[in-house]
Amino acid sequence: MPQFDPSSFASQVFWLAVMFVALYWIVSKIAIPRIGEVLEQRARVIQDDLDRATQLKAETDAAIAAYEKAMADARGQAYEHMKVMQADMKAVADKKTAEVTEQMTKQISEAEARITAAKQAALDSIKGVAADTARNVVSKLAGLSPDAGSVDAAVSTALKEAR
Amino acid sequence: MATEHAGGHSPMAQFEIHPLINIKIGDVDISYTNSALFMTFAVALTALLFWGATRHRTMVPGRLQSTAEILYEFVAGMVKENTGTAGMKYFPFVFSIFLFILFGNFLGLMPYAFTFTSHIIVTAALAVFIFLGVTIIGFARHGLHFFSLFVPPGAPLGIAIVLAPLELFSYLIRPVSMSLRLFANMLAGHVLLKVLAGFIISLGVIFGIVPFAAVFAVTLLEIMVAAIQAYVFALLTCIYLNDAIHLH
Repeated sequence: MPQFDPSSFASQVFWLAVMFVALYWIVSKIAIPRIGEVLEQRARVIQDDLDRATQLKAETDAAIAAYEKAMADARGQAYEHMKVMQADMKAVADKKTAEVTEQMTKQISEAEARITAAKQAALDSIKGVAADTARNVVSKLAGLSPDAGSVDAAVSTALKEAR
Repeated sequence: MATEHAGGHSPMAQFEIHPLINIKIGDVDISYTNSALFMTFAVALTALLFWGATRHRTMVPGRLQSTAEILYEFVAGMVKENTGTAGMKYFPFVFSIFLFILFGNFLGLMPYAFTFTSHIIVTAALAVFIFLGVTIIGFARHGLHFFSLFVPPGAPLGIAIVLAPLELFSYLIRPVSMSLRLFANMLAGHVLLKVLAGFIISLGVIFGIVPFAAVFAVTLLEIMVAAIQAYVFALLTCIYLNDAIHLH
């Protein structure tokens, strides 16, 4: 077996040492720093991106919170405003209603007074007409001319009875 | 150097070492051989991979950059997981070991290629270097307290006295198991491939299809083994480093 021929051992070990040292130099001085740099840079970029994303997300959340707060405030304000307006309107309406009711009551009582007066006047004029008619009827039928006082008394009695 | 030429078709012929450039320092023969050539290829391939991968360093990696990054993160993860942050300063060494063995194994699977990891002297040199390095790191960090590694934690004194020599033995045997595992895997795989490939020739076109299918399957298996053995070697390095750094 060539593996157990000691005459080649010195040469193999010598060149192994030379080549391994060369390889070690290449790996440690060129390969590892370069690859390490790329990997580090990539990790840094990814970390930066993640950081920025987190920051942007925080900003977005803040904006959303601010928007929601503004929205809630506006809604609350609008509600308050509406309540005040409603109260105002109700007060105005109540006042108007009270005024109108008062005016109507007054007008109704005035009208009632007028109606009573007119009715009284009508009744009074009926009395006159009835007395005249009665006198004329009496003078035409009986040829009598009764005095005005007795006719009036008779008509008044009759009217009271008819009522 | 290659004294036992057993003909080009012997399953062992692929492991023979031929000098390409004869170099001699004093009495020591350090000729540049086919083994050294394939070590050079492994180093060149690593250099080429990382040069190509990091030529245009982009945020979104291309194919080559992705490959380099996956290798880097795979080994970095392994070192971190097994040795903690304290072990990360040995990451370049573990990464080098991993790449050297990985490319050595892969290059060896090419037709007509030489597999330097199939030589016990290479795997043993690597394993002994790791063993010595780990032991030195252990003593440098913990002084004589490093010997507590051989006393199982929580064991009563009587049992500890029995177990300590066993622990010491298992510690000392580490470079042997480590180097033999890689060497034997590579040797067996390549011998098997060569023997099966020999059957294709001797059985001819019609019956040769059976060993051909076997060679195909074993080649796939060997690609897997090449990667797994590189991983195992690097992982064991991490585990030994962890013992030296954290004792238990």
